[in-house]
Amino acid sequence: MARMTMIEAIRDAHAVAMERDPDVVVMGEDVGYFGGVFRCTAGLQKTFGVERCFDTPISELGIVGTAVGMAAYGLKPCVEIQFADYMYPAYDQIVSEAARLRYRSAGEFTCPMVVRMPTGGGIFGAQTHSQSPEALFTHVAGLKTVVPSNPQDAKGLLLAAIADPDPVIFLEPKRLYNGPFDGHFDRPSKSWSKHELGEVNPGYYEVPLGKAKVLREGAAVTLITYGTMVHVALAAVEESGVDVEVIDLRTLLPLDLETLVASVNKTGRCIILHEATMTSGYGAEITSLIQAECFYALEAPLLRVAGWDTPYPHAQEWDYFPGPARVKRAIATVMEA
Amino acid sequence: MSEERAPRLHVPEPELRPGDDPDFSHVEIPRAGAVRRPDPGENPEEMRDLAFSIIRVLNRNGEAVGPWAGSLSDQEMLEGLRHMMTLRAYDARMMTAQRQGKTSFYMQHLGEEAISCSFQKALRKGDMNFPTYRQAGLLIASGYPLVKMMCQVYSNEGDPVRGRQLPVFYSSREHGFFSISGNLATQFVQAVGWAMAAAIKGEHKLSAAWIGDGSTAESDFHGALVFASTYKPPVILNIVNNQWAISTFQGIARGGAGTFAARGHGFGLPALRVDGNDYLAVHAAAQWAVERARRDLGPTLIEYVTYRAAGHSTSDDPAAYRPKEEGNAWPLGDPILRLKTHLIGKGLWSEERHVQAEAEVMDMVIAAQKEAEAIGTLHSGKRPSPRDMFEDVYAEMPPHLVRQRHEVGY
Repeated sequence: MARMTMIEAIRDAHAVAMERDPDVVVMGEDVGYFGGVFRCTAGLQKTFGVERCFDTPISELGIVGTAVGMAAYGLKPCVEIQFADYMYPAYDQIVSEAARLRYRSAGEFTCPMVVRMPTGGGIFGAQTHSQSPEALFTHVAGLKTVVPSNPQDAKGLLLAAIADPDPVIFLEPKRLYNGPFDGHFDRPSKSWSKHELGEVNPGYYEVPLGKAKVLREGAAVTLITYGTMVHVALAAVEESGVDVEVIDLRTLLPLDLETLVASVNKTGRCIILHEATMTSGYGAEITSLIQAECFYALEAPLLRVAGWDTPYPHAQEWDYFPGPARVKRAIATVMEA
Repeated sequence: MSEERAPRLHVPEPELRPGDDPDFSHVEIPRAGAVRRPDPGENPEEMRDLAFSIIRVLNRNGEAVGPWAGSLSDQEMLEGLRHMMTLRAYDARMMTAQRQGKTSFYMQHLGEEAISCSFQKALRKGDMNFPTYRQAGLLIASGYPLVKMMCQVYSNEGDPVRGRQLPVFYSSREHGFFSISGNLATQFVQAVGWAMAAAIKGEHKLSAAWIGDGSTAESDFHGALVFASTYKPPVILNIVNNQWAISTFQGIARGGAGTFAARGHGFGLPALRVDGNDYLAVHAAAQWAVERARRDLGPTLIEYVTYRAAGHSTSDDPAAYRPKEEGNAWPLGDPILRLKTHLIGKGLWSEERHVQAEAEVMDMVIAAQKEAEAIGTLHSGKRPSPRDMFEDVYAEMPPHLVRQRHEVGY
């Protein structure tokens, strides 16, 4: 077993999938010769040739639109949108076309594709390189939405996403690309490749879509999160001294509601943590579901910790980012109730 | 420096509005047979003139003339006439059915029958059209069952897409007809992707993209041209210029450009402009573009010059925005009458046989309609089950949808 960064794990997943299935094709801006601005596809063109991994014109609409046609033909396109912030021109093709093709043709045409995009902040990307648009995808029938939090999951989830017969939105928290992150911007983070959590299985394996993972068992509070915030949550819990159960959703849709309900029924308290803006965010969906399913077990109101309802600022990045301090306050609040 | 002045917004206007006398004297129509036919392998740079003229085969006397004539056999032309007559009869019955409340909506092809019926005959099995809503002729000319088409319009239990799509939004993989989207132009770039896939797989298939003049304003159209010119896959990019995008005349989408076909020039694509009411010219142009695709010479852009004689849909009243008799004044004539005249001139057809054929075609369409209505119409008879509503959202139904389906009682 090798230790890898998340970037290397994603690259490895691509290579394994392309080796295994000649119909897997990788395309996007800069993904070919150069290997992507984050290098997630480095070397693929050299290994698999220009017809399997190639650069595209700067047209997100064109990338996703042609990929829909390619997927309908029978290929499995795995496309990269350079930053999630750039996906809006492609949104119609994702939402009205990729997501609906199976439904509107009663299964005659399908769209087995993966749209990968780096999301989230923490790299001083300001408002156009830091967005977390997951709620824009989880609101859409026909899409699956995945957010990994570590290299091992990133590889296994991406392989499962490529094998999936439906379109999958694969959101990569770019703050985690090179190493885990404890939520404290002033502390250096260790590369995944030097970290015991950077261990990645060789060869082909899948982390099934729609299954959450209990990262830390606890009896007092359930903390539900995903992506970069998994690491903020773990840091906050350690510092809080409270026996918190931490759940990494891994797939936002389909949601592993069963695991969440079992946990909250046990703890009686629940906090949802995400980096995206709070209003109408994905946390609202979980809050509503937990409230309906676990009402009689609850001993405190459900709390959300999330990004502020502002665009992502540049200089104030770390004031925007929900860090361990805010999570600890939320834990203290629900424990007082 | 010349005198400055405050800018004005230049909003293009059609020359005529309701109450005016129809007048197409400004439309330049070249003589049939006048446009040259280059070899499909010729450098696109050398044939830029073809985007500014109109390829025509049938002249006023119904004779097939010039270098684009002769792409079809007698038998194929007779078949073509029947396809167009079938589409017209089908439209008439479905329009009436909508007025009778048997379905919610319908869109007819009046005046544009030649384009889709003829184009289909240049394709072969395995090729894929990415149509918009006025190309049902592609299905009719490929032998798709009329009953199934009507079941789609009625959203009844026989509807292959289970009542999920608006009427006329057909889908048939087998017949090379990609599922129609209501979001305009999205299919144009998808067609390019399909052709790219064929190229990646090295399979002898091509795709045909379809778009209306108005929708060329969508970004998807431009994205498609960029990708088509970059990767040069086997795709034929068809623009049906029927002069009207609902109430908006074609000049609004075209702006100052000479023609829609000329849009291909910025991308290095060969671009043809064709008489869309001439069954023979449409076929000749389609065959030329198909040959380019089959020889791996890349995409072709074709603009069909035609006129939408009817309303945009059953929800539209064209009398509100254009002269009433404009359709009859359209100088390129009626596609069915033009082919009929040609066939009569060749001694292959007669007025009597035409009248008889019209009756036969109508009988066939009425029989199909009875069969479809025996299954059901939108508001009566057998409809797809509400259970169907939850199927095909995903390959496998996720738990939240199973819960919701149970809530409906299935």
